[in-house]
Amino acid sequence: MESSFDKNALFANLNDIFLDLLPESLSWMAYLGTGLTIILIMVNAVLMLTAFGTYMERRVLGRFQTRLGPNRVGPFGLLQPLADLLKLITKEDLRPESADKITFFLAPVLMVTSMLVVVAVVPFGKDSFLADLNIGVLYLVGIPTIATVSMFLGGWGSGNRFALLGAARAVAMLISYEVPMIVSLAGILILAGSMSLVDVVQAQQIPFILLQPIAFFVFLVSASAEMNRSPFDLMEAESELTAGFHTEFSGMRFGLLQLAEFGEVVVTSAILATLFLRGWENPFIPADWQQVLPPQLWLIGKMLFFMLIFTWIRATLPRMRIDQVMAFAWKVLFPLALINMFVTAALVVAWPDPTYTQLWIMVGVNWAVAIGCLTGYTLSRGRHRQKPTESVRLVQIPAEVN
Amino acid sequence: MALPSESITINLGPQHPSTHGVFRIRVTLDGEVIQDIEPIFGYLHRGTEKLAEERTYTQIVTLTDRLDYTSSMINNQAYVMATEKLAGLEVPERAQYLRVLTAELQRVASHLMGIGFFLQDLGAMGTPLMYCFRERERILDLFEMICGARVTVSYMRPGGVTQEPPPEFWPALKELLSEFPHYIDELERLILENEIVVARTKGVGLLPRELAIDSSISGPNLRASGVAWDLRKADPYDVYGRMDFDIPVGSNGDSYDRFLVRVMEIHQSLRIVEQCVQQIPDGPIRSEVPYFFRPPPGDAYAHVEASKGELGFYLVSDGGIAPYRCKIRAPSFINLTALTEMLLGWKVADLMVIFGSLDVNMGEVDR
Amino acid sequence: MPFGLGIAKGMMVTLRNLARKPVTVQYPEQRVTQNPRFRGEDFVWYEERCTGCASCAKYCPQGIIKIVTSPSGEQTQEGEKYKLETFDIEIARCMFCGLCVEACPYDALHMGTGFERAMPRKSDLVITVDELRASAKRPSTWFRPQLQDRGYDPASGEEVSWQDAGREATVAPTYDDMLKRWVEKR
Repeated sequence: MESSFDKNALFANLNDIFLDLLPESLSWMAYLGTGLTIILIMVNAVLMLTAFGTYMERRVLGRFQTRLGPNRVGPFGLLQPLADLLKLITKEDLRPESADKITFFLAPVLMVTSMLVVVAVVPFGKDSFLADLNIGVLYLVGIPTIATVSMFLGGWGSGNRFALLGAARAVAMLISYEVPMIVSLAGILILAGSMSLVDVVQAQQIPFILLQPIAFFVFLVSASAEMNRSPFDLMEAESELTAGFHTEFSGMRFGLLQLAEFGEVVVTSAILATLFLRGWENPFIPADWQQVLPPQLWLIGKMLFFMLIFTWIRATLPRMRIDQVMAFAWKVLFPLALINMFVTAALVVAWPDPTYTQLWIMVGVNWAVAIGCLTGYTLSRGRHRQKPTESVRLVQIPAEVN
Repeated sequence: MALPSESITINLGPQHPSTHGVFRIRVTLDGEVIQDIEPIFGYLHRGTEKLAEERTYTQIVTLTDRLDYTSSMINNQAYVMATEKLAGLEVPERAQYLRVLTAELQRVASHLMGIGFFLQDLGAMGTPLMYCFRERERILDLFEMICGARVTVSYMRPGGVTQEPPPEFWPALKELLSEFPHYIDELERLILENEIVVARTKGVGLLPRELAIDSSISGPNLRASGVAWDLRKADPYDVYGRMDFDIPVGSNGDSYDRFLVRVMEIHQSLRIVEQCVQQIPDGPIRSEVPYFFRPPPGDAYAHVEASKGELGFYLVSDGGIAPYRCKIRAPSFINLTALTEMLLGWKVADLMVIFGSLDVNMGEVDR
Repeated sequence: MPFGLGIAKGMMVTLRNLARKPVTVQYPEQRVTQNPRFRGEDFVWYEERCTGCASCAKYCPQGIIKIVTSPSGEQTQEGEKYKLETFDIEIARCMFCGLCVEACPYDALHMGTGFERAMPRKSDLVITVDELRASAKRPSTWFRPQLQDRGYDPASGEEVSWQDAGREATVAPTYDDMLKRWVEKR
């Protein structure tokens, strides 16, 4: 941790303040106090963003469906998350007779924890982050896996068959989607040459969304599967399994599960912004553009942008079936991620230290590969495929004359 | 080595997000695959047929609203046609046109609802449902204009219809007819070629032509299986004989075809409405029929092509003011006969798709 | 057709709808325009027009109208009328089909325009004769073409007096008219 401590100006400054406040004998507490203060700020920021995220998602989803969304509580309905919270807290906390006490209790807690812990490595600015792990990207993809375990705990521990089915789906799906997700990040790691997220952001002379279109697509899809959002929300498929793994949860337990779910959207948006849209820096193409906003606001703005994209996807797409979801992961996303990894590796071998022009050539090659993949897939599927609407024809029966 | 496994039984309904009312299916699952199903009906039984035996012929119209509450106009039409056949009543021509007009508008509304809920069952988060409802609402506004109610219309009476549409109805209908095709196009762009919808529904829940005929399935579900059978063409009632429209017929009999047939029928229904507006003559809208009338002893059966299939009313009169017996052939109920054959071997996620694609209405199933 | 085009089309449709004005109505503050023919819950009844013939009670499919009358001795154009002692409409079971209004030969009973009569107890959902007498006379034009033809809209708040609510001409009907209306037509 010493290395990150040295690089982190925010941490160092706070540490100095604490050292001034504390007597000499308690100077060891400064380190602790600094860490806890930043954790407090981070956790609260994420929770506030989550609360706002739920509000925004519901408003925007409403507008997608040409309705208004929540607009009653407070100005423009801004206090709706608070009202939801109050409602959930005051509700009776039910635990079914057949539920397992420990797992039923653990599931929501673990899920929220796994969501919050991820934020630790997300840099909100050049000097404002909790920890700059040298294995940051690995941490990013490793920690959310705990959510899978908690989902299974919750589903299994509820003693409900719907929940069990949901949990079984969750485990099967989430484990499958881990693989393309991680492989898709390999391209970025090759380009950045580091697993630290700060280094990844600083390596983006051109945002990786342009340089790594396939990786972006694979990561976006896998991430929305990891967050169990539409079209991959089949572990809580409302129309099939009532609510999937959280069928039996009520009150604040349910609230925690929902919090974790929406929180994951916020966190994933932050990760997407960091990995693909140049994190806290401005997203403009000539990277030396005047920095108009403070870095934290840039990151939050990009997070909101990705949250909007997720809402848009959710508003449009129907759900896929479990076998289609699995086939999509293994037959489409995983090969795509592998292709991306090999192409990127080849490019990096060709230009180990690319100039700005060479980077643009890389962009061109990657997009060409992406379009080639799409065309190839369309041809392989579409050669025998007719337009779906051709299966129904109009039969004309002349009108009777009378 | 095969691991030992157990099948589990889950209970979908009567309260379940996507059972379209209070339908209940006990499903035995092997993992995700359906091994056995047992449909259980009767949670919405209100005894309509028995109630009809102690209502006068005019009063029964109000009961028919509540059969398939998404297509009340068509139910009204079927019932009053049976009464007219039984009592030998004349229906003025204008009334026949008004009946066809409102019934076709109702068919559009009902199909929109069927499509919307079908996509909701596919997990589309309510967006297509909201769009469908937004457009259905415009039709219901027209119904409120004509007869003062949106769903339980009670518009038709033996021997005609209750009221002349108000003068502002015709411009409103013209506006609707000019705007509606755009709405339907938008809906088609949203869903018809969506890869996920196609993957979820193409080839899912096959209803072969022979099975469909053998289990006397009717309506869009039968036409999706490749049988060009539409009572509006096969046995034209009211003024359908003068209307020029086509019948969409599917070729595979899968969920996608059933869904697409409904979408295409909306266009045909709008064509019929347009022709009605052009052809409608002036004249009386109701022949002189007293409130309490006594048809001669005998029986009569009248059937119409309702939005869900063949809706028939069989009335037996003993010469009194109320029918001796009123039997309702409810299309939704009979369309469910092949459910078991269609569901076995599919996944539990497909259950809702197949059930949704049948577009049943529990008010009609349980009566 | 490239794979993914269908989804892309759908995404564009939802995006276009994002810019569209919401179609929903914020109910207690805003209301949709009610059509004049709307069959509402508060019945409008003109005591002056009612003869106590109880046609409405007879035609009600649910049998929820309870009428108790006594001879009043008051003579009208078309004979003696009854005094209404009870006129209870149990709207908890009413389905607002309007058959009672359709049946009323003297245009004394009209559908209302309201729809906001939620009550905690079912027994409160009875419209009594006193309530009918006191209620505002804003009849729906359902099955009342004479009101419709005048362009009357209950939403305007204008009340209709009992003299204006009927379908007959203001001149008293002759014996032949009455014979035609009540004997030959029925």
